[in-house]
Amino acid sequence: MIEGLIAGLVTAFTFTNILMVIGGCLIGTFIGMLPGLGPMSIIAIMIPIAITIGDPATALILLSGVYYGAVFGGSTSSILINAPGVASTVATSFDGYPLARKGQAGKALTVAAVSSFAGGTIGAILLAIFAPALASVALLFHSSEYFALMVVGLSAIAAFAGTGQITKALLMTLLGLMMATVGEGVLFNMPRFTMGVMDLQTGFGFITLAMALFALPEAIYLVLDPNRSKTADGESTGEIKDLRITREEGRKIAPVIGRQSLQGFFIGVLPGAGATIASFLGYAVERNIASKEEQDEFGKGSIKGIAAPESANNAACTGSFVPLLTLGIPGSGTTAILLGALIALNVSPGPRLMVDEPQIFWAVIISMYLGNLVLLILNLPLIPYIAKVLSVPRNYLIPFILFFTLMGAYIGQNNATELLILVGFGVVATAFRFADYPLAPLLIGFILGPLLENNFSRAMQLYDGMAFIWERPMTLGLLGLAVVLVVLPSYRQRRARLRAEGVADGD
Amino acid sequence: MALDRWIAFIILLICITYAYTAFFTMDGLLPPIMQRSPIWPSSFPKVLSIGAILMSLAILLGVEKAPEKEDTGDITFARLREYKLGQAIILLSLMVAYALLLRPIGFLAATFLFLFLGSFILGERRFVIMGTVSAIAAGTVWWLVDSVLGIFLSPLPLFMIGG
Repeated sequence: MIEGLIAGLVTAFTFTNILMVIGGCLIGTFIGMLPGLGPMSIIAIMIPIAITIGDPATALILLSGVYYGAVFGGSTSSILINAPGVASTVATSFDGYPLARKGQAGKALTVAAVSSFAGGTIGAILLAIFAPALASVALLFHSSEYFALMVVGLSAIAAFAGTGQITKALLMTLLGLMMATVGEGVLFNMPRFTMGVMDLQTGFGFITLAMALFALPEAIYLVLDPNRSKTADGESTGEIKDLRITREEGRKIAPVIGRQSLQGFFIGVLPGAGATIASFLGYAVERNIASKEEQDEFGKGSIKGIAAPESANNAACTGSFVPLLTLGIPGSGTTAILLGALIALNVSPGPRLMVDEPQIFWAVIISMYLGNLVLLILNLPLIPYIAKVLSVPRNYLIPFILFFTLMGAYIGQNNATELLILVGFGVVATAFRFADYPLAPLLIGFILGPLLENNFSRAMQLYDGMAFIWERPMTLGLLGLAVVLVVLPSYRQRRARLRAEGVADGD
Repeated sequence: MALDRWIAFIILLICITYAYTAFFTMDGLLPPIMQRSPIWPSSFPKVLSIGAILMSLAILLGVEKAPEKEDTGDITFARLREYKLGQAIILLSLMVAYALLLRPIGFLAATFLFLFLGSFILGERRFVIMGTVSAIAAGTVWWLVDSVLGIFLSPLPLFMIGG
């Protein structure tokens, strides 16, 4: 572990990589502030750039910097103009915006930055502790367990989709897996489901799909509803001054940060839960355990109400790297895109990553810490200037968002057909969104598809059929867990409904 | 029928086509040597198609009860006409036009026109600013992608580069 850590330090502290962290954080903050471009879209746009860099450690450091910057940028626009660019920073706006309206935008931003920094730092330490332990267990896994583990991950994502959404999430996952089978895979050397279309021989491009599923529907929503694309058009972001917080305030938020960083991290580790749930839950928990006077303060500009979601969402972002780096299973849309980027860079995340290329693993952990530091000491003082981007009028902003979406899909592949696929899928994805179909499971299924099929095939070949399911107890156990994860919420919901109806009848 | 069920119905049709290909047509071209393998190219798709057909049927038949949705102020399909649907459709058509014209008229002209017309469609009428912003953006992005990233983007129309 120590050698790996040192190798990681050496990799992370090169001039280029430090520049990447700083650049990534700045770009992320800048774009993350804009409505319509969340971390997923920004990372997807940055992937061709990361691939051009070539070195996987540097590329991943850049992308992690962008990720953290984008989350921070989202918090900034939540606080300044009550327009969260990212779902995970919606809870920050509950108290951040009222505080900014009181003329204390500077304080709100500092609390957010300090909490994010602390959350990210605690998260990075926990990641450094838990990831190697989990990876060493995962090294014992065979392809059949991997297959089962991926099924568990995908089921958990569906199970966390929410009441009444599980079937839809499962269908989206299966659709993603089906889309991944299109084209000439490495496994069989024969084209499948291409319908004779030459452009489909290589399958669907994952960046195109990511753009079509997330960036384009959000841009279409912005066009449809002018109130949604709320920039500072006509509304002043106010003077951002006095970024300091008092010692008294620091003491008040410290326990909140400690609790929420821990809670956020463990929520982030669970596949499908992610930063959004962590931030809302963190906010709710802190409001419930606060004293009566402090509870009244929540929603009106409480600094605890900013510290809780901010530390939780940053710790959760770090937590989501645990399954990605140790098992190669992404728990969220953003980590799924990062997984896609890693595969494009010829790195296969999983327990072997720590053994084969420890410098990549540790450099990423160290750069996460560096990224949080950069956000605190460099981005925070620059916020008054970066916030000027919020004054860009909607009529200019939207064409640019659409243009960057097109560029993201085009640059990597230099194929104009990808752009037509992008628009087509974008319209379909918007229809899915109208009908409340969750889109992240589709992308996760699509990215995990080849890995899942690969492990499934290997297990089938080793055991000459499906015997691996009952001959390997751990595989059976994991698949059983997947079934429980999917069935349990529906069963409980059904029981609750029947009980409610029973009570109604009794009345 | 609600939109989510319509979508489930369309997905069901796609899944049936997918399943038909996986079960009946795909293995026809399989070389004899691969037929002895326990796993065929169609094995995984067969499993997926059964799962997807079952799930789309479950949505279509309303097996899982969704809770009453609160009005979050978000755009809903039922109120779609109250929003700027025309603008969205024209902008999407503009994206299609961009895809089709990118090669023939080159990156610079296509991008300039896209950004200029995009803001025009959204109601901007300050033509000088629109022109300047679009020209600077097109030039800067091309320079960044071409020189900094080293990814080639044909800047000029085909007829000017002899294509």
